[in-house]
Amino acid sequence: MSQAKLTARQWLILGLVAVCAPLGDACLSHGMSRLPAISLAHPATLIAAVFTPWVAGGIALLICFFASYLTALSWADLTFVLPATAFGNMIVEVLARFFQHEAVSPERWFGVILITIGVGYVAQGPSLTERPPACAPEAARHKAAIREAAIEEEQVQ
Amino acid sequence: MNLGINLGVNPWAAAAMIGAIVVTSTAGEVLTAAAMKSIGDLDEIRAHSGLKGAIRAVVTCPLFFCGVGFLALAFFSLLFALNHMSLGLVAPASASLTVVTNTVAGKFFLHENVDRRRWTAAALICVGVYFLAH
Repeated sequence: MSQAKLTARQWLILGLVAVCAPLGDACLSHGMSRLPAISLAHPATLIAAVFTPWVAGGIALLICFFASYLTALSWADLTFVLPATAFGNMIVEVLARFFQHEAVSPERWFGVILITIGVGYVAQGPSLTERPPACAPEAARHKAAIREAAIEEEQVQ
Repeated sequence: MNLGINLGVNPWAAAAMIGAIVVTSTAGEVLTAAAMKSIGDLDEIRAHSGLKGAIRAVVTCPLFFCGVGFLALAFFSLLFALNHMSLGLVAPASASLTVVTNTVAGKFFLHENVDRRRWTAAALICVGVYFLAH
């Protein structure tokens, strides 16, 4: 296990993970709440909902989230990246209160605070478990190339 | 089961909808995390062979597609739930429970170091969800 220090760019990616997911969920909720109730007997209507403007916008934001999420998962553990997504709970409650005009009781705010504390607690653990690349030969080649370049540089010095 | 709140649907149906999101998204996230760990640092790959190389590294990993399949199931489960319940309940409840299930899955499937601090955090999250439901 190692506690990797994140760069500004990596924090920016984690920020995108935190922001894009709740914004995408808010757009999806806004879009889905405007549609008539969908039953399991007519699953095709769920597919049609994907092409409505608010749902499509939500999907675009969730694609941004997913790209950031995959990038973050490539250099940090799942348990380190998840707090960023859980921080989005706070954003969801704020959006639910001010954008969707939903009633958010003090108990729910307390629940969100507890969840955020719990998730922040998890985030204090090791950020990365080193593993050898085994899936993509491309990745293995690049890592080997980086190591060789570093060794050559040391020999030159 | 009476939570004392207006869910807009049968409480068991609400639990089933949130449960479906949690199970499918946990499976998806664990598989995706395993795939990305096996690929390596995407920033390094992109620096050496550009965006195409990074995309190639991701799309040549079968585990990634298994993860995406489960995440797609989770997405449609979320859409279905949002059609019947409020965002303020569905999103935080499913996301928070997913953190707990991911912690368990991280220990047993990803072999991450889940110590007492992380279990305590998982308990805090469960209590948080209880208050959130009220």
